[in-house]
Amino acid sequence: MSAPTTGSTPAASTGLDSAGTDSTGADSTSLAVRAAGVGKIFPTKTGDVVALTGVELTVAAGEFVSLIGPSGCGKSTLLRLIADLDSTSSGELQIFGKSAKQARIDQDYGIAFQQAGLLPWRTVAGNIELPLELHGVAKETRRARVAELASLVGLSDFVDRYPDQLSGGMQQRVAIARALAEQPRLLLMDEPFGALDEMTREYLQGELTRIAKDTGAAVVFVTHSIPEAVFLSDRVVVMSPRPGRITEILPTGLGDVRSESLRESPEYFERVTAVREALHGSPVERANER
Amino acid sequence: MTKSRAAALWGVVGVLAVLAVWELYKFAGPAEGLTVGAVEGENGSGFLLLPRTNDRAMPHIWDMVARLFQSTSGGSTPPLFVPVITAALTTLGIAAVGLVIGVVVGFVLGLLMQRFRLAEWGLLPWIVVSQTVPLIAFAPLVASIGSQIDRMGTPWPQWLSVAIIASYLSFFPVAVGVLRGLDAPDRIHLDLMRTYAVGYWQTLLRLRLPAAVPHLLPALRLGAASAVVGAVVAEVSIGMRGGIGRMLIQLAGQGSSDPAAPWGPTFGSIALGLVAAGTIALVGIGLKNYRRGEATA
Repeated sequence: MSAPTTGSTPAASTGLDSAGTDSTGADSTSLAVRAAGVGKIFPTKTGDVVALTGVELTVAAGEFVSLIGPSGCGKSTLLRLIADLDSTSSGELQIFGKSAKQARIDQDYGIAFQQAGLLPWRTVAGNIELPLELHGVAKETRRARVAELASLVGLSDFVDRYPDQLSGGMQQRVAIARALAEQPRLLLMDEPFGALDEMTREYLQGELTRIAKDTGAAVVFVTHSIPEAVFLSDRVVVMSPRPGRITEILPTGLGDVRSESLRESPEYFERVTAVREALHGSPVERANER
Repeated sequence: MTKSRAAALWGVVGVLAVLAVWELYKFAGPAEGLTVGAVEGENGSGFLLLPRTNDRAMPHIWDMVARLFQSTSGGSTPPLFVPVITAALTTLGIAAVGLVIGVVVGFVLGLLMQRFRLAEWGLLPWIVVSQTVPLIAFAPLVASIGSQIDRMGTPWPQWLSVAIIASYLSFFPVAVGVLRGLDAPDRIHLDLMRTYAVGYWQTLLRLRLPAAVPHLLPALRLGAASAVVGAVVAEVSIGMRGGIGRMLIQLAGQGSSDPAAPWGPTFGSIALGLVAAGTIALVGIGLKNYRRGEATA
């Protein structure tokens, strides 16, 4: 297994050119995320558990990066470290050149989880405006912003509904709108489509690429779906467990437009295979090569 | 709303069933009851297995109701329901004060215990133990402290002692309910509040309190019922006049000559409990948006 790398991966091993965003040359403040030697240890009664070790990763402003790997590889832990929901045990983690804690206090990121996590007693509008309300944004501004976000996620007709009146996919869209409420430059997503059916999931993937482009936000996206990672990302970060670490970073180079036709294209399948091989650590025998 | 209509129907059926069982037993049971092992000529010996059904022990339901409309104690005194309602309202007012005190104390304790684990370890066992102290033992103590304060110059009416005793019962379910309720929010919601970088009070106001509502309503219902029971018992044990508890004891004392009369204040105290529980139910309707999770779960 190759050592953890930042930026472009040696193209030879994957057959890809390095058309993906290469962020190694950028200075630290234009980087959304910079992790250097980041590790996380959870102390337990039976000894320390190394959840993450030696993570080297940069995410450029506006870049879409997916974290993929089997359970226990630390992908969600890494996201929680970036969100300052947990603190690093070692190494250095900077968000827009600041500490993770400062970035959280400054509201530099928006976050969405696997469960929508909407407050059941608030309407769709009430949920979307929650962060704005907590931070004392004036009512008029809030109303305008809610209207804008609701139309962005296609829920303009549902702003007065309560979460229990919405489907899972709609709830997740509300959660995404809420994450975008304060126009963050970084969007953190922890398997946001994991609990959805395949059709809703593909639809929302398309929507998310559009939203990410529209808002210009960088996205760190945790998933365990290879096609999802490839379809969405500029770069796919492959992780592996025991101890959780980055094993490879693959640029997809699929360009800015992610339409449904991409799902049928040869280069898409090629990237899916490349990620799968990186995950398994060996070339995967393809059906047409048997 | 067919579900609530069915619930109401079953409620009526239940009440009718109780009335029917009463009258049925009165009709079929032995007038002097069934006593086993009684010694001839010795009054009160043996075990009473089946209660007596004569009119002194079990008046007819219609007699109980009719008694409500007869004069309280003969002569030109008003019908019995008038003093019953007055007494019930007096007790209701005292119970309400007791509930308010109980809710405030319960809330503060619940908040403290949720905020500081040390407070939970330190307080919760005492709070549980407090409920094992018999009210009959505790009530005269409060009354005597109250009268001492009164003697020292600060006015301390007797009803305040009753309210304090009522609050002693009602704070318990509230404290436990607040503690459980404030711990009710999902991890994801707490994480979310952390990502918003808001402090304890904002989290309390916007997340913990709304999420606690489904736990708070049953706690309040229990607290209200406890406050009524506490007020009635406290009136009796410290001998306060004017309330329904005192009236109950007084009329029960004259039960052998006027057996239907004590049922007047009995109905009165049942009505009290219903009003108390109903008030909380109304509060629950007002808070129905905070109970959405209950409906779908």
